[in-house]
Amino acid sequence: MSTKSILEKLAVLADAAKYDASCASSGTVKRDSTATKGIGSTEGMGICHSYAPDGRCISLLKILLTNFCIYDCRFCINRASSNVERARFSPQEVVRLTLDFYKRNYIEGLFLSSGIIRSEDYTMEQLVEVARILREEHRFGGYIHLKTIAGADPGLIALAGLYADRLSTNVELPTEAGLQSFAPEKKPETIRKTMASVRVGADDAIEAAKSRLIGKAMPPRFAPAGQSTQMIVGADAARDDDILKTATNLYSGYQLRRVYYSAYSPIPDASSDLPPVRPPLIREHRLYQADWLLRFYGFERAEIMEGARGGMLDLAIDPKLAWALMRREAFPVDINRAPRELLLRVPGLGTRAVDRIVAARRLGKLRLGDLAKLTASVKKLLPFIVTPDWRPGGLTDSADLRARFAPPPEQLALAL
Amino acid sequence: MLEEPGDFTEWRSAARALLAGGVAPEDVSWRGSEEGASLFGAETVPAPAGAVSLPRELLEIAERVICHRDAEVPARLYRIIWRAARDRQLLARTTDAEVDWLRGADKAIRRDVHKMHAFVRFRRLGEEAGRESFAAWFEPSHRILRLTAPFFQRRFTGMDWAIVTPDARAIWQDEILTYGAGGTRDEVPDSDVVEDQWRTYYGAIFNPARVKIDAMRAEMPKKYWKNLPEARDIAPLLAGAEARVERMREAAVSLANPLTDKWRTRVPEELALDDDVKTMSELARAVDRCTRCPLYCDATQGVAGEGPESARIMLVGEQPGDQEDLQGRPFVGPAGQVLDEALAEAGLDRRRLFLTNAVKHFKFEPRGKRRLHQNPTTGEIDICRWWLDKERAFVQPELIVTLGASALRGVTGKSASIKSMRGDAHELQGGVKLIATIHPSFLLRLPDRERAAEERKAFVADLVRARKLAA
Repeated sequence: MSTKSILEKLAVLADAAKYDASCASSGTVKRDSTATKGIGSTEGMGICHSYAPDGRCISLLKILLTNFCIYDCRFCINRASSNVERARFSPQEVVRLTLDFYKRNYIEGLFLSSGIIRSEDYTMEQLVEVARILREEHRFGGYIHLKTIAGADPGLIALAGLYADRLSTNVELPTEAGLQSFAPEKKPETIRKTMASVRVGADDAIEAAKSRLIGKAMPPRFAPAGQSTQMIVGADAARDDDILKTATNLYSGYQLRRVYYSAYSPIPDASSDLPPVRPPLIREHRLYQADWLLRFYGFERAEIMEGARGGMLDLAIDPKLAWALMRREAFPVDINRAPRELLLRVPGLGTRAVDRIVAARRLGKLRLGDLAKLTASVKKLLPFIVTPDWRPGGLTDSADLRARFAPPPEQLALAL
Repeated sequence: MLEEPGDFTEWRSAARALLAGGVAPEDVSWRGSEEGASLFGAETVPAPAGAVSLPRELLEIAERVICHRDAEVPARLYRIIWRAARDRQLLARTTDAEVDWLRGADKAIRRDVHKMHAFVRFRRLGEEAGRESFAAWFEPSHRILRLTAPFFQRRFTGMDWAIVTPDARAIWQDEILTYGAGGTRDEVPDSDVVEDQWRTYYGAIFNPARVKIDAMRAEMPKKYWKNLPEARDIAPLLAGAEARVERMREAAVSLANPLTDKWRTRVPEELALDDDVKTMSELARAVDRCTRCPLYCDATQGVAGEGPESARIMLVGEQPGDQEDLQGRPFVGPAGQVLDEALAEAGLDRRRLFLTNAVKHFKFEPRGKRRLHQNPTTGEIDICRWWLDKERAFVQPELIVTLGASALRGVTGKSASIKSMRGDAHELQGGVKLIATIHPSFLLRLPDRERAAEERKAFVADLVRARKLAA
């Protein structure tokens, strides 16, 4: 295995990493290389340096240290029983690649994960070592995202938090039953414990910063971009409701910055009990929309599920619209008077548009023509809003409101 | 007349002078030097009559928007600052046509800047005395080099670099940033050895099963492709995608990797759930694995009791809270702090007590970024008594203090109000004494200060009584 060239290893270990959806490089502290005379900066907003034809951004060098793995998770291309080609980088090789790519402005930094080799602790040590070399030996100031290996020693996780901007532990499957049948070695409680130690590490760092005696002596930051996780959608029988329930538990318990939803994508040499179908991209999209409603729009999970059926979100229309159609008594909303929380519930109004409306209406009444400058599509708003020059009348309660938004059913198209 | 199109300093001093001189926008004709000399001969700018103050945000926007290639920009910007000098709220009037234009133009510039940060590709020139040097050719949509160079300076302090654009160039050498005239593509090397690795990475990270060309082109418009080394792979990757997915679908499921079993022997054996625990540490592990009721599904861990087996007093609370659940130890959250203070006041040493809970897993309702405590049901308390009894058997305390109603139920198996049980000690089976008192979290929930102080006093008195009884 050591005879593989860097190029060959890169092909294997990037291919193995691509099923992890996370690519964010934002939300960390501001730092640059002015003082260190090294290279690397982070300025709050992440940068997508390229886009692959799958529409996903390429912000980080996303690779595995190795795709050898002692676990046998059915949905994973790197499971022990898979016949996929195997490779392993040395920590030095990953460091070299990261620096070479970074200096050419291809990437914002590194997202390093790994198959489990020897033990959870050994694997975690190797990941931490790469980050340590980058930070300490090369004064690298770019973004580092490390995968935390569930079950690794909390001491190693504490160390990882000192070097990395973000840590993530993947839940993969949202239900206990799903994990039991598809990922027998993964234990939900081990994953949760690892997330808990990341949160405790972050809390401790904040506490230490608050109670410091000398104003300028800032203690080291702990994973300033927080932690995230990923759930695979469509590999097992979990419903959207199960997925969102797990997500709300994780957000509330471990202060996750993001939960990524990744439509199960057929993998080479797949296990026989998995669907060999196209990835459910619309379902993935609806889950992201629901997730946004939870985090930025003041929705509770139960409210989102009012617009769902049998625990599954409506695929034809977005979850906010689906909720609004069930809750027509809440509409229409007066654009010039409604509080911010109520404006956020109007289908078609995003957080930015709401902010703009709230700022602009202080200077005068907003009419439909004004709204057109503040939001992308006024047409979608019409059934749900009131302005001095518009009243929806019976439109809000009309029976065919859903049909106005939903794409025509496919059978109909076939019949014609 | 402006000498340098896109130069903010030049425009600003001209605009300042005009504004101070009270020259209305319709009386000014802005021309760039490219358009030749003015038809009207020498231009006169009236002498400034005093400083004019403008909103800081507007100046920041103007500094960006002046880079716009639209020849009308200097004039339009002047019209806006002319109005802004008379209307301090102008920028907030987002529905105003000119403000709308300004915001739109600013957005275009900021997007162009962002894309330049993203899509500049350096190629290596060489290395001298340990310092590497790189160069890049880039064609931004607007004249934004001066807006973007500081970013590259902050990011790449430790190497020398040059960015050449058709309008201007920026050079960072020996930690000095200079600007120069525009150049051509052939001033920059046409390849770099690392580009092969980058293109390999680009091809390998692409998932052929989820092609979304529009999403890619929206964020990485075609106009940038000619200077992106990876872009030449887009067409072949797309052409091969369908076939790759088809092969995946058709390939029969192969036999398991013959090394599977050998690799998997390294997976640590899960300890069998053994209810027959013999030591306190075995008990803690068993509690953590408990699945007797569904509370384990959402909690982080089962939290067993803590303290010496020789303890004479056992304190029983309700259940772990948010912090206890995260840290895996009882009474380490806010209620734990209240308890610690009360214990100290009552003359009890926490290290000599055994602290535990009636229910070992945290029961909560997620609400945004927090987990709200929920009371355990009597069913949950009764199921969990199995563990409490184990702990009692290990510690064999002389006295048990129950904190709150759930703890009382956990210890006695019966529901009773604290009020009716509070005060004197009760005797449990086997001669163990019982003191029933409130849960310290009750003190945290009292809004009335006086009442809280009173309740706290009574709580400490209960603890003092316990200390004396166990002495």
